[in-house]
Amino acid sequence: MTIVSSLLPLMLAAALAPLVQAVITRTKSVMAGRVGPPLLQPYRDLWKLARKGAVYSHTTSWIFQMGATIGLASLICAVALVPFAGFPALTAFSGDFVMVAYLMALGRFFTVLAALDTGSSFEGMGASREVTFSAFAEPALFLALAALARQTGHLSLSPVLAAVSAGTWMRAAPMLSLTLAALIIVFLAENARIPVDDPATHLELTMIHEVMVLDHSGPDFAMIQYGAALKLWLFGAIIVGVAFPWHSGNRWLDASVGLAGMLVLGVATGVIESSMARLRLVRVPQLLLAAIVLSALALALA
Amino acid sequence: MSQLVNSILVLLVLTGFLLLGSSRLAACIRAVAIQGLLLGILAIAVQDGQLSVAGVLFPLISGVVKGLFLPWMLFRAMREAEASREVEPFISYNLSIMAGAVALAVSLWLGQRLKLPSQPPSSLLVPAAFFTSLVGLIVIVSRRKALTQVLGYLALENGVYAFGAAVALELPVLVELGILLDVFVGVFVMGIAIFHIGREFDHIDTDKLASLTDQLR
Repeated sequence: MTIVSSLLPLMLAAALAPLVQAVITRTKSVMAGRVGPPLLQPYRDLWKLARKGAVYSHTTSWIFQMGATIGLASLICAVALVPFAGFPALTAFSGDFVMVAYLMALGRFFTVLAALDTGSSFEGMGASREVTFSAFAEPALFLALAALARQTGHLSLSPVLAAVSAGTWMRAAPMLSLTLAALIIVFLAENARIPVDDPATHLELTMIHEVMVLDHSGPDFAMIQYGAALKLWLFGAIIVGVAFPWHSGNRWLDASVGLAGMLVLGVATGVIESSMARLRLVRVPQLLLAAIVLSALALALA
Repeated sequence: MSQLVNSILVLLVLTGFLLLGSSRLAACIRAVAIQGLLLGILAIAVQDGQLSVAGVLFPLISGVVKGLFLPWMLFRAMREAEASREVEPFISYNLSIMAGAVALAVSLWLGQRLKLPSQPPSSLLVPAAFFTSLVGLIVIVSRRKALTQVLGYLALENGVYAFGAAVALELPVLVELGILLDVFVGVFVMGIAIFHIGREFDHIDTDKLASLTDQLR
């Protein structure tokens, strides 16, 4: 029982992360009046890619072949530190949110190195943008998590999210809504969602994340896609933990509330993507600066 | 009650950042209008239930003047001067937002250091008031268009008004009316001035007014 409940957040993330992406895609399709791909499409894509062989350019080195693997490995480690809806994470220690942020940074670093390793000018451009925007997103994420930590008095993600409750919302609604807004902006930026990046386009000049992985193929590309899904789940788990703090005592009920929250987040992201245009690249830092300001204000209020 | 006051103050700070970061004049006017309305609600909210006729009436008048009438006039001035966005401010928008973040930090520090005769209803009130005034100052010195500078002046006044709500729950009626009249007349005159500048020179960029002399060149 304890093994199951301690492994559950990780297993849910591993099994359901691509589904959240599918929910977003489906919402966008419905909003646009189309039927959209089936909900299992991301799994099929992953399966298809995993069975293919990988093609490596002669100009690339071992870094390019390692990039995708390290990216996925670091994200799996990061997900293991994030609790989900009342279930504490696999491990928790003081300051583990710093670890989570830098595990993601490690994955990003190797993805960027792999992109630069190909020597393609497009990928270099994407790498440069990715790094620039994540440099703005990181302080926002840290300040938001620090605000939560200060409000709840814990230094580890699992107890922090366990301590956020309906009572906290009654006591400190302005602070929590500021944190939530900042986290949602970071969520959209880090997962290459629409106000920042358009995941659907394949025009290199406007892409950020997609353009970095143009040269990856087969299992490597599957790992990158799966890593992106896990990252979406990771941020989603934190946001749902703050936005739907349901602690009834019955863990299975909590978990279903968490899953419902994830569904709501997926639909909300789809609605945001359908109703907004992508920002011009020069405006993106401004959006992320706004996120930094929101979370700094939240920290001042906490 | 303090939840409501806190929410209003957070919104006040956020509209300050909106004013700093937006290039569209219409968005800036709306930000200042929202500030005016928020301050009207704030002045009623801090009284904590013990309402008097004057205590409701004056915030209401101030909210209507600063939240509805002045913005309406500025929108008109904007249309007449055919200016819809601030082009190339002296300090870029990203830098303005960063300056705003610094201003917020300074105001929070000041709010902790400043000893007030009476306890303000919320610990955020003094910082938010200082911050709004500082935003007004930043906007006045860093923007080119006369209209945006008027908005900076209004934000400055909003900060002073919020500070008034912090230190004295009830200012003498005469003082409050006097301030409101000053602001009203000030913005009225500025609105007319903008209209005339816009008609005479086809733009309302104040930095170009520096080359106005009566000598022939």
